[in-house]
Amino acid sequence: MPLPTPFHSRTAACCTSQSWQEWSGYLAANSYQMEHIQEYIAVRTGSALFDVSPLYKYHLRGRDAARLLDRVVTRDVSKCRTGQVIYTAWCDDDGKIIDDGTLARVGEDFFRLTAAIPTLDWLQQNALAMQVEIEDVSPDYGALALQGPTSRALLQSLVEGDISDLGYFRIVDEKIAGVPLRISRTGFTGDLGYELFVEAEHAETLWDALLEHGLDYQMRPAGLQALDMARIEAGLVQLDADFTSTRQTIFDAQRNTPYELGLGWTVKLGKDFFVGQEALRAEKARGPALQTVGIVIDLAGVESAYSKFGMPLHLPYTSWNEATPIYSDGDRRNQVGKATSGTWSPILKQYVAMTRLKPQNAALGSRVYIEQSIEGKRFAVPAQVVAMPFFDPPRKRGDANTPNTPGNSGGSA
Amino acid sequence: MQNYDAIVVGGGHNGLTCAAYLAKAGRKTLVLERRHQVGGAAVTEEIHPDFRYTMCSYVVSLLRPEVIQELELAKHGLHLIPYETSFCPMENGDSFASYPDAASSREELLRHSKHDAEAMPRFSNMMYDMAFAVKPILGAVPPDPAYPGLRGLRTLKDLGKHIQGLGTDRFHQLSKIMTMSVSDFLDEWFESPIIKALMGLNGIIGTKLGPKSPGTAYVLLHHYMGELDGAFTAWGWQRGGTGGVSDAIASAARSHGAEIRVNSPVAQVLVENGKAVGVVMENGDEIRAKTVVSGADPRVTFRKLVEEKELPDDFVAAIDRFKFRGSSGKVNLSLDTLPEFPSMRDPGLIRGMTEICPSMDYLERAYDDANYGGFSKRPYMDIVIPSTIDPTMAPPGKHVMSIFVQYAGYDMPEYGDHNQQREAFGNAVVDTLSEFAPNLKDIILHRQVLTPWDLEQEIGLSEGNIFLGELTLDQLFFFRPAPGWADYRTPIRNYYQCGSGTHPGGGITAGPGRLAALEILRAGK
Repeated sequence: MPLPTPFHSRTAACCTSQSWQEWSGYLAANSYQMEHIQEYIAVRTGSALFDVSPLYKYHLRGRDAARLLDRVVTRDVSKCRTGQVIYTAWCDDDGKIIDDGTLARVGEDFFRLTAAIPTLDWLQQNALAMQVEIEDVSPDYGALALQGPTSRALLQSLVEGDISDLGYFRIVDEKIAGVPLRISRTGFTGDLGYELFVEAEHAETLWDALLEHGLDYQMRPAGLQALDMARIEAGLVQLDADFTSTRQTIFDAQRNTPYELGLGWTVKLGKDFFVGQEALRAEKARGPALQTVGIVIDLAGVESAYSKFGMPLHLPYTSWNEATPIYSDGDRRNQVGKATSGTWSPILKQYVAMTRLKPQNAALGSRVYIEQSIEGKRFAVPAQVVAMPFFDPPRKRGDANTPNTPGNSGGSA
Repeated sequence: MQNYDAIVVGGGHNGLTCAAYLAKAGRKTLVLERRHQVGGAAVTEEIHPDFRYTMCSYVVSLLRPEVIQELELAKHGLHLIPYETSFCPMENGDSFASYPDAASSREELLRHSKHDAEAMPRFSNMMYDMAFAVKPILGAVPPDPAYPGLRGLRTLKDLGKHIQGLGTDRFHQLSKIMTMSVSDFLDEWFESPIIKALMGLNGIIGTKLGPKSPGTAYVLLHHYMGELDGAFTAWGWQRGGTGGVSDAIASAARSHGAEIRVNSPVAQVLVENGKAVGVVMENGDEIRAKTVVSGADPRVTFRKLVEEKELPDDFVAAIDRFKFRGSSGKVNLSLDTLPEFPSMRDPGLIRGMTEICPSMDYLERAYDDANYGGFSKRPYMDIVIPSTIDPTMAPPGKHVMSIFVQYAGYDMPEYGDHNQQREAFGNAVVDTLSEFAPNLKDIILHRQVLTPWDLEQEIGLSEGNIFLGELTLDQLFFFRPAPGWADYRTPIRNYYQCGSGTHPGGGITAGPGRLAALEILRAGK
C-alpha cells in the first residue's frame, strides 16, 4: 500500500477529486480538483505547489564525495561550486542512461542528489575504498516544488532573510514560520520556480504557511497531470514516460543513451574517468542513432481527421505518454521514430510532442507525420520538427527585474 | 505626405486584426487610433494606482481559433485562463453554482431540482449541437440573398446543404432558438427559477431586450459559440485583462510591418469621385492610401467619417435605422480585500464568475425599470475578480472587481446631468451587490463607473452599445449592418468596414477584422 508523504494530512484535505496515484511507493495527487487545467494554468500565471516528496534524496558527505560523484555522473562535479546545483544524468558501462536528477553542492564535501529511482546501491558500489558517507534521506525530508511567475514574491514574503536574488540553479538555507528549509531554485516546469526541502517533522508547518498566503499570490496545490503538461512544454524528459532506466529493463530495445535523449550537453567527455565514458565517447564519434526533438502537430490535420466522422476538432484534455509512431510519409509506410509524450499546450496554443527520430528526419523544420487514432481508426497527421523547449520564458533564469510578459517564447522551426 | 496601401481607422481589436492580416499579406498598412492606447473596448487601464481595470470588455471566448493560429497570438502574449465556475447567490440566502465537471455540477443541480439535473446534460448537448450547426455561418462572408452573385450563391448553397443535413429535429430546434424568448425557451427545459436564471442571462447581454422578449434565445446561442482550446462554450480571462488581447494582436500586426499610431484622431475619410483615397486627421494632416478601412461602428463609419452626399439615400436610411440602444454599463472596483458572500458554499468559487441574477422575474423587472430610459434599480450583474487568478491586476492581497451591469439607459435625465446619472447608477450597483456581499462597501478603495453614455464618450461606441449594434436577428448576417452591404464593402469604392457592426458581430471575436481583410485582399487591394 502506498505510504503518505510528510504533507499527506494537508494534501488529502485539499484533494477533493480523490484522484491519487502511486509514485515511488507514496501517494501523489493526480489533480486536487476534478479538473486539472486550473492547476496547470497556475504554473504559468500564478504559482503551483507540488508535493514532490517521493523523489529519492541522498546525502553524500566526506573527503571523496566529489570524487565519487564525478565517477558516477556525466557532468563535471569539480565545476560545481558550493551553493550551486547541477542537472545531470548517470549511465551504466555501456553509456545507457540509468537516471537523471539534480545534484546540489551544499558544502565543500557535502552533496545532495535527487533521483527518480532507488540509487543507494549504485552509489555504494562505485564508492569502494572511498572516504564518503552515503545516506538515503528520502523518508526524512519532505519536498515541495513551488513553480510559477509569482513564486519568488510569495517565497520572499515568507522567508526570514532575502531570496530575491537567489540565482537559477542555486541553493540557500532559509527559515519559514520558524522552520529551517533548503531552497533550491530549480524545478520541473520550465518556469520561475523553487524546490523546498524540509525535515519531515516540519513539513505541515511549511505547507500551512504557504497555503495561508498563497491566495494572495494566485497559488494553488497542483498534481501530476498539471506537472506533466508543464514539463512537456519545458522539453524535459521523464523516466518511465520518455525513457526507461537501463537498470529497470532487461531489453536492449528499451535502453537509450544521453545523446539520444537530448542530454548530450550533460556529458563531459573531457573529465577524468566516469562510468560509461568509453561507450559515450565512441557514440559521440559515430553519431547517435536517434535524436530527441520536438514536433508541433498540425491542427488543421487533426481537424480534418475528425471531420471524416462529422466531428469538430478535439484536442487531448490531458497529456499522454504512450509511444506513438512517427512516419516520414502520410501513407504510414516509413516509420522514422516515435513520440514519447505529448500535450495540447494551452499557453502556446499548439499541440506539441516530444519525439525520438532518426537523425536524417530530425532537422529543424522537417515535415513528419504522427499517427493519431480517432474512433479506433488510424490517421497520419502532419507535424513539423521544432526546437525544444517549446516554452522558455525569460523569467525562468532571470532576476527580479526580468519582465514577466509576454514570455511565451519557445522553440520554433 | 506618405502613401499607404491601407489605412485602418480605429485601433480596436478588429481594426488591429484587419491590419495584421493586411500587413501579413505585404500591404503597407497604417492604423490610426484616436485614444492614447489601442484596443477600443478591449483595453486595460490603471485608473487607480497599482490597480488595473479591464475597463469595458472583460471575458474572452468568441475569439476565433483561426485568428489565434494564423496570427500566432500566443507568441505575441495571448494568455487565456479558462473560467471554471459560476456562482449565483439567491435572495433566500441559498445559492447555485455550476462546475466544469459533470459530477460536481450534477450534485449542485440535484440540490435545486432533480428534474433539472437530468435535463441539464440533454440541454447542453442540444446547445452544443446547435452551436455546431450554425458555426459554419460564423466563418462565412454573408451573401446578399437578393443579389448573391456567384460566390454568394455558393455560400448560400453550402449553408442550405448544411442546414438540410441537420435533420428535422435539429432544424425545428434551431427555428425555435431563432424566434423564441430565452425565458420561454428555457421553460421548455427547466423548472428551477435559479437554474433558468443562470442559464438564461446570456440571452440578454448587450441587448435592450428583456428575457421575455422574442429573439433573446438566439443571443443565448451566440454566447454558446465561444470556444477555448477546442472546447465549446468555454469562457476565459486574458492575463492582464482584455487589453492583453489587443496588445497581442497589435504586436502581431507590428511584427508583419504594420504601423500603429495612437493619439491620432481621424476627422474624415477623403473621398474623390466616389472613391476613398485617404483620411484627414483632426489636426488637418492628410494621409493618402489606396484603401481605407473603418473599424468604427456603422454610425461613425457612415454618418461621421464620410459625407451624406457620398452615399445612396436608402443606404443612409438603413444605417440610421440600425439599432444601437446601449443597455449595459460597467463598474470597476479596487478592493482592499476579498468580498464575502455568505451564501458561497465553496470558497474556490470566488475565482469564478459571480452572477447577480436570482430569477428570470428579477431580470425582467430589471428590464422594466430601464424600459423607459432609466437604469435597473436592482440590476443584473456579471462579476469577475480577476486578481484571484491573475497577479498582474492588483498588488498581493488586494483585488479588482469587474462588474458588468445591465440595464442602464444611454441618457437618464431623471437622475440629473451625466455626472449625477453616473453616481446614481454606481450607487444602485454597489447597494444591490452589498445585499449579497455585506462587507463590500467597507472594502472599496476606488470605483469607476461607466454608463452607456460614458462608453460613447470614452471609447466611441455609439449610444454605448458594446456590440457596435444590437445582436438581434434583424441585424445579423446579411443584415449587418445593412442589406446588400454585409460583405465588408461600402457604397464608396475602396472604403471598407471591419468592426463588430459587421458579421459575425460583437464580442472579442476578431472575426469581422479577419473576414474584412480577406475580402480586401481578394479584391486585389
